[in-house]
Amino acid sequence: MTINPDQSNSPNGAPAIRIVDLCRHYQMGEALIRAVDGVSLQIQPGEFVALLGSSGSGKSSLLNLIAGLDRPTSGAVIVEGRDLAHLSREELAKHRLRTVGMVFQSFNLVSRMTLAENVELPLRFAEVDRGQRQSLTRQALERVGLGARMTHRPSELSGGEQQRAALARALINHPRLLLADEPTGNLDSHTGTEIMNFIREFNQSLGMTIVMVTHERALAERYARRMILLADGKLVDDRPNNDRPHEDQPNPAAVTASRQRERR
Amino acid sequence: MKTYDLSELALRNLRESSLRNSLTTIGISVGVASLVAMLSLGIGLQKLATRHLAKSGLFDTVVVTSRRELRGFNRDDERSTASAAESRTLDEPARQEIERLPDVLEAYPDIRFITELSYQNKTHLTMVSGIPDSARSNDAFTGIPGSFFSSETAPEVILQKSFALELLGKTPPPGHEDDVPVRELAKPLLGQELVMRYAQRVSAPESAGENTPAKSGASTVSESDAAYSVISREQKLNIVGISDLDPDSMRGAARARVFLPLKLAQDLRVMQPSDVRDSMRGFSKQPSYSTVSVRVRNPKNVEAVEQAIKKLGFNTFSILDATRSLRQFFAVLDLFLGIFGSLALAVASIGIVNTLVMAILERRREIGIMKAIGASDGYVKKLFFAEAGAMGLLGGVVGVALGWAIGHIINLGTNIYLKRQALPPESFWSVPWWLVGAAIVFAFIVSLVSGLYPAARAARLDPVQALRYE
Repeated sequence: MTINPDQSNSPNGAPAIRIVDLCRHYQMGEALIRAVDGVSLQIQPGEFVALLGSSGSGKSSLLNLIAGLDRPTSGAVIVEGRDLAHLSREELAKHRLRTVGMVFQSFNLVSRMTLAENVELPLRFAEVDRGQRQSLTRQALERVGLGARMTHRPSELSGGEQQRAALARALINHPRLLLADEPTGNLDSHTGTEIMNFIREFNQSLGMTIVMVTHERALAERYARRMILLADGKLVDDRPNNDRPHEDQPNPAAVTASRQRERR
Repeated sequence: MKTYDLSELALRNLRESSLRNSLTTIGISVGVASLVAMLSLGIGLQKLATRHLAKSGLFDTVVVTSRRELRGFNRDDERSTASAAESRTLDEPARQEIERLPDVLEAYPDIRFITELSYQNKTHLTMVSGIPDSARSNDAFTGIPGSFFSSETAPEVILQKSFALELLGKTPPPGHEDDVPVRELAKPLLGQELVMRYAQRVSAPESAGENTPAKSGASTVSESDAAYSVISREQKLNIVGISDLDPDSMRGAARARVFLPLKLAQDLRVMQPSDVRDSMRGFSKQPSYSTVSVRVRNPKNVEAVEQAIKKLGFNTFSILDATRSLRQFFAVLDLFLGIFGSLALAVASIGIVNTLVMAILERRREIGIMKAIGASDGYVKKLFFAEAGAMGLLGGVVGVALGWAIGHIINLGTNIYLKRQALPPESFWSVPWWLVGAAIVFAFIVSLVSGLYPAARAARLDPVQALRYE
């Protein structure tokens, strides 16, 4: 069952993400696992989308395909007009570096590095000058309230602080797409709210497109503007979140600004 | 900038698991150290041998013979000679002419004759030869019991060890001559007197004025200028030294066992075997020499000097051909030492591969994270490459230092042993700068090559798989 993507909120014409008949199958021993099985959908710039589903529904696999961490078995993932299926490994790395920022349930900070070094990593990969790297890193950490924790190691921080550092790292190269895989899964509800508020702020003030994987319907209903439900790798439901308070609508000017920043 | 950043991150990563990485680096160092130690010993031994051979006069000496000698060392000489009878005599003017050639330090006649020596009323027959003053620094005469000749004409004699044994009536079984220490022989002999009986050649009276031997008290027999007399004489000689080594080893059958100062030997005007042959052709006022030894300034010049002397019309012989094969031997020795050293380095490289592969397993997640946030395959590869290179470079530097130390210790140990054997200290070991540089570069390159596989493996790591592990 395929549901036409909701295009009502598109501020410009082109979708941020367009997925066409996407399949990702794994061979696991004898069995063929259909992690993603014929999904088609479109996500417009500035949208805040929650990918819902039980464990094994294929939501994380879908997110990995959008992130360019994985390649589809068939179908197309077109992000910012480029079909990831046809990109070289090098181009995919560039996609992960510039176009998308990722946060994970387990934070995925490099444990042997300090917070500053962790946040600095994407700038190193982008070959940004040393001096510029340091000031950008400081700004990014200050933005998430960790300016005083720059030389701490991840193990010395709470889960919420680690996830904030991960957010700072995800944003350091100014991507237009934030992909969050269960970002509050390892956090208590209070810190989870804190993180979600940061994500919402990025969506609203920076106009970032957010795709968040979660299995908590309540969380999705509270923050996302659109909820996509997956089951067994198939898209089973895609609808706008009407319960969401009206003032949370994204600011179209911020979306435009985000696009202009990218073109620069 | 980029390279600097990469190296900085690589070094940072290396510091992080310092124990494992330092063990690997030590592994590389040990490899490099054994390479350096072995090669430096090889080079040192080669230098030592060259030094000793140079001291022995083998490398810088050209032996000149008259073509009339007919016993040339080289068959080529025989062929190139138009006519032996027409060729030049190797006499005093010829010697002086040779001495004036460029790069020639000295040319001295080879005076040797078989004669009788009596010691404590017992007569011994042996070959006697004159030794130039420059042989003072020859290996055979440095550090001998006793001393070198006090002057160029002193009636003094140095004995070769085997002759000393004969004088003392000690005849060790063949092959055991070395068992008797030379110092033991020196004690009863030094300062003793030998009486040498010899046949003096006395020229005709008209030339006697310039040629009368200093020591001669005998009357000369007057004849025409184409004649000379042979008179039996005696000369008392004082034993001043005993030599263990054989300075005359090049001469084979004509080896002398008793050495006189050259000037003294010349002045004695002992009848030379060549004199008889010369008499067939008429007599010259000046005696001719059967051979003249030419010392060349530098072994490099030997060939040029040989050519120049050949142009003067004499036969020459030098040991250049022999040294060529000696150098070949050392090249092979170096090669083998190098191979063993390289084997050690190969073992160390396996250590590097192991460490880096382990690092990948340990850092799977980290690599996955880096790739997830935008690190390209190339970056990950370069990072692991840089880590391998840094370990190689560091291991190379430490290894050279270690190899230097090992060589030094071996040298010290050997010298302590030599001292116990009452032998002069020697340097067996030499670390030239090129070896230092080459060893470090070699370690660096080997490490980079060892890093190829782990780096490629890290780069191909699937980030989704890597991040799945918790």
